[in-house]
Amino acid sequence: MKLAKTYFADERNDDFSEIGQPLPRTDLRGHVTGRTVYFADRTFPGMLYLKMVRSPHHHARILSIDTSEAEKHPGVVRILTAKDVPQNLYTILILIQVGPEDEHVLAEDKVRWKGEAVVAVLAETERAAQEAAAKVKVEYEVLEPVLSIEDALKPDAPIVNEHHGRNYYLYDSGECRKIRFGDVEEGFAAADHILEETYQSSPIEHAPVETTGCIVVPEANGRFTCYTNTQAMFFTLDNASIILQMPGHRLHMVGGTVGGGFGGKVDVIVEPIAILAAKLTGRPVSFIYTREEEMQISSPRAAEKIVIKDGVMRDGRIVARKVTAYVDAGAYSRHSPYGAQKAAAHFPGPYTIPNVWIDSYCVYTNRTPSSAMRGFGVTIADFALEVQMDKLARLIGMDPLEFRFINAYRDGDMKAHRQPTEGAALIECMQEASIVADWPVDERFMAMSSRVREG
Amino acid sequence: MAKIAVQFTLNGSERAEFVESGSTLLSVLRDKMGDTSPKAGCRQGSCGACSVIVDGELTLACLTLAETSNGKDVRTAAGLSSGDVLHPLQRAFEEEFAAQCGFCTPGMIMAATVLLERNPNPSREDVIEAISGNICRCTGYEPIIRAVLAAARSNSVAA
Repeated sequence: MKLAKTYFADERNDDFSEIGQPLPRTDLRGHVTGRTVYFADRTFPGMLYLKMVRSPHHHARILSIDTSEAEKHPGVVRILTAKDVPQNLYTILILIQVGPEDEHVLAEDKVRWKGEAVVAVLAETERAAQEAAAKVKVEYEVLEPVLSIEDALKPDAPIVNEHHGRNYYLYDSGECRKIRFGDVEEGFAAADHILEETYQSSPIEHAPVETTGCIVVPEANGRFTCYTNTQAMFFTLDNASIILQMPGHRLHMVGGTVGGGFGGKVDVIVEPIAILAAKLTGRPVSFIYTREEEMQISSPRAAEKIVIKDGVMRDGRIVARKVTAYVDAGAYSRHSPYGAQKAAAHFPGPYTIPNVWIDSYCVYTNRTPSSAMRGFGVTIADFALEVQMDKLARLIGMDPLEFRFINAYRDGDMKAHRQPTEGAALIECMQEASIVADWPVDERFMAMSSRVREG
Repeated sequence: MAKIAVQFTLNGSERAEFVESGSTLLSVLRDKMGDTSPKAGCRQGSCGACSVIVDGELTLACLTLAETSNGKDVRTAAGLSSGDVLHPLQRAFEEEFAAQCGFCTPGMIMAATVLLERNPNPSREDVIEAISGNICRCTGYEPIIRAVLAAARSNSVAA
């Protein structure tokens, strides 16, 4: 690895002993010898298998649940429904006061997405659990589903989630997260050109090779050891404690190597119900998603719709940017209100624009709840922003990299969400990229600095 | 339900277990014999994480009935190194950073082992073909391809 030492040379001693040196990773030996321990590389005597009965409908009222036939199936030990869960209503981010609780561990009254967990079956073997799950009879009254952002925001749309009472998350700023900076209409009026474009994305599944799951062992001292591949150990501990109404010291969460996460294992879905099952049966419980569940049930990255309107001058300056963004949370919040909020702060991009207006909505639909995935809230935003930047450059006949130099934020610039820019280094990154990519730009851009604004 | 006997050589040792009829080789290796190097990524033959070598053939343990392995020679990633001495493929995977989460790695190394046993000097295309049944979601395939080619080179230098 080559360190470009010409940049910020006065800020460094260059006495690194680790950075710039190749080092062996400590976990590689286990990986190549097959000795790395993943949560599922354990078996326990008397272990039960949990299989979930799931909603076949996008949106339906539950009229009745009949588990009598399933209970008689050979090998079945216990069947759990909503009434068995001590605190069935929860939401992950209540830990940081982002409520309201809007999701049930096991469905009560209604199902709001195709795949929602309704009944948990515990049996001696995986096969018995699966066969018994097929014998659980749930009677539904099918309701009209809301399957797109546009449909969700229609005035007469069916309500997806009664805990919100409307098909969008209500922020303290109102129906969306808002940013107002300068006067965007004045900026558009002064602009040489206006460009408005709409960008859309579909949900994206993380598809880790190791599926989501956990194994819970009830210990003799009254504690429960939960071997899990969660990426969010403390979210899991604290939410399990709330859901189970059990003090945290009784929950021993054991993490370890995760066989691919990418944000898909940040939800708290499998652990609380598996711990409850271990508590009620007194036996070890394994709850591991099948490949089908991983692809269909685990939260994907949200679908998004982003409308960007920019005002640009012939000399390359963007003078106004208005963005309306919609994040499809699916049926429940999980991490989406946070993702949509993060998007709002991100939308001006790494550019200094004097007039900015952002509206970022977190919308509820009867789709699979979306949640965390690698930079969620900003990844699709960046796709939209940077495609928009290329289009703007083309519109005014300017080189796309030079166009970005003109608008790049510098240290000391105030961002639209009122955070001053510090340690930006964007100019220097683009200078280096210009050299490495052999994409030459004019001398004046190579003389720029992110720390001092010229002229 | 009546159990059936399965007996085969696992990484050079004779092993035998009584298992449920219909048990897969994967579940017998992992749950009965304690060799967890083959992984259950899909249990439908599409990800390759459970790859093992049965009588020299690359085999998806999740789709193989354990009883069909009777009398055969089964090899897994756990048996590749001898003590602290790594197999050239294992060394190359380390040196080329060809693993991130590590979950696909044992299966990937099994696929590469069969390739190098049959073709000690594979082309890049040969390597791509050989690992085409193994899914990696972290590093991407480039470091893995580089590692397999590096292992082949180090083998030919050693020979």
